[in-house]
Amino acid sequence: MTFSTSGLLGQLFAILLALVLAPLLTGWVNQCRAWLQNRSAPPLLLPYHMLHKLFHKDVVLAHGASSLFRAAPFIVFGCMVLAAAIIPSLSTDLPFAPAADALALVGAFGLARIFIALAAMDVGTSFGTLGGRREMLIGFLAEPALLMTIFTMAMIAQSTSLATIAETVAHRELVIYPSIAFAGLAFTMVSFAENARVPVDNPATHLELTMIHEAMILEYSGRHLALIEWAASLKLYTYSCLGLALFFPWGIAERDNFMAMITALPILLVKLAIGGALAALLETINAKMRIFRAPEFLGTAFLLAVLGLLVRLLLEARV
Amino acid sequence: MTSIPLYAQLINLCAAVILLLGFAMLAQRRVIQLVDLFALQGFMLFLSTLVMAYKTGQHHLFYSAGLTLALKVILLPLILHRLIRQLHIKAEVEAMVNIPTTMLIGIGLVIIAFNVATPISLLSSTIARGTLGIALATVMLAFLTMITRRKAITQVVGFLAMENGLFLAATSATYGMPMVVELGIALDVLVGMVILGVFFFQIRDQFDSLDIHHMEKLKER
Repeated sequence: MTFSTSGLLGQLFAILLALVLAPLLTGWVNQCRAWLQNRSAPPLLLPYHMLHKLFHKDVVLAHGASSLFRAAPFIVFGCMVLAAAIIPSLSTDLPFAPAADALALVGAFGLARIFIALAAMDVGTSFGTLGGRREMLIGFLAEPALLMTIFTMAMIAQSTSLATIAETVAHRELVIYPSIAFAGLAFTMVSFAENARVPVDNPATHLELTMIHEAMILEYSGRHLALIEWAASLKLYTYSCLGLALFFPWGIAERDNFMAMITALPILLVKLAIGGALAALLETINAKMRIFRAPEFLGTAFLLAVLGLLVRLLLEARV
Repeated sequence: MTSIPLYAQLINLCAAVILLLGFAMLAQRRVIQLVDLFALQGFMLFLSTLVMAYKTGQHHLFYSAGLTLALKVILLPLILHRLIRQLHIKAEVEAMVNIPTTMLIGIGLVIIAFNVATPISLLSSTIARGTLGIALATVMLAFLTMITRRKAITQVVGFLAMENGLFLAATSATYGMPMVVELGIALDVLVGMVILGVFFFQIRDQFDSLDIHHMEKLKER
């Protein structure tokens, strides 16, 4: 395997862009949500100020916190940076991408989830344990649905490499595939559950009975909390980019076409802005559901993803 | 890879939505929404028949599309809504098995239906032969809806949905049944609906409930 200079530059630029843009996307979604709910919106750059503030604060550790508790934020953040590195956002020419395909990506998300749940249980507070258990419940239901969605797209592209999938989808003629519609719907539902968004979890809540993600990170402070918040933003960003790469890859730069990245950047920004606004809209029109309804919600997502796979086999494969 | 023509794409899309609505009916808890889903399924059936009629130029398909629209989208849901109002059914439909399990069984049925239908659909030469599997799956899902529900009215909706699946199978495999047969079935469904409506009142008067489990205790003396 040869690394072209432009490829490496593009790769580094994509990672840097993910690190910089992720809090902005979170801020944008929060702002849209506030507008739609008739509240006065927080400033767009608020997540950056939060990160800046948290990085300058001292860390307060709970008594009995083990080294796992201190290592977890770095591991979670590392997983999210890895995910951002292998998902084609600007260009499909990613030298790091062959190291991990779509399945490894799901594994990276799973690793992050396990460490944050373990860290939540590490201190031994009841909230942390509760949050960790709920997170694992959501995770074990969301992961198969995510995998099925990716399998559907992988069958269309005949490859599990995300770059190849994005290229294939971008190049095929415009045909109505019911399977892609099903997979897209399933992916949307999974990404809402995975990013602790409204129908499953409310990112803004601190109400004890309903919180999932917030319950897990209650004990964190200072730079640890900053890393976890940044990782949460990165997760939202990577899921958005994954969705765009799988279902709307038009405008993404191809291999050996470094100049196309210049046009790919504004296109990506526009797509993310629209996607963030839509996510905020969906969050506004839905009510937070009871935790015991979450399996039904994610079961529906799994069902849609499997149906997409089956419909793909029945209607489209033999043509 | 040759591209699929546009009309076949539309028919496939309609069929996929019909299958999805079958699952939605399986998961639906409320009776009124169940009837609305049934009406929507009828509408998708109407659309796919219309596309097929337009493409093949078969006149009787236009008639059956019109019949579907009049009967399954407008008339039957109206009758059902009136029955629900008169019977004061508001309670949630109670399923025998919980909903996620039902959905998983449904996925299993769809896999079986697709496997069974694939060799049959290869024998057919119509433009939409791929949808035969979906038609069969819709029939099976409607069956499952009937089996897993306790109330008489939801079983009737399941029965009607099964007829939707059969109709889809007929149009996808052989461009529809002869006009006489189709009219006969349509009338049968309508008359059956009216008779079942009367039955609902009888069952409720007798048992004070539409739960058909009470009928299992009936014995000949």
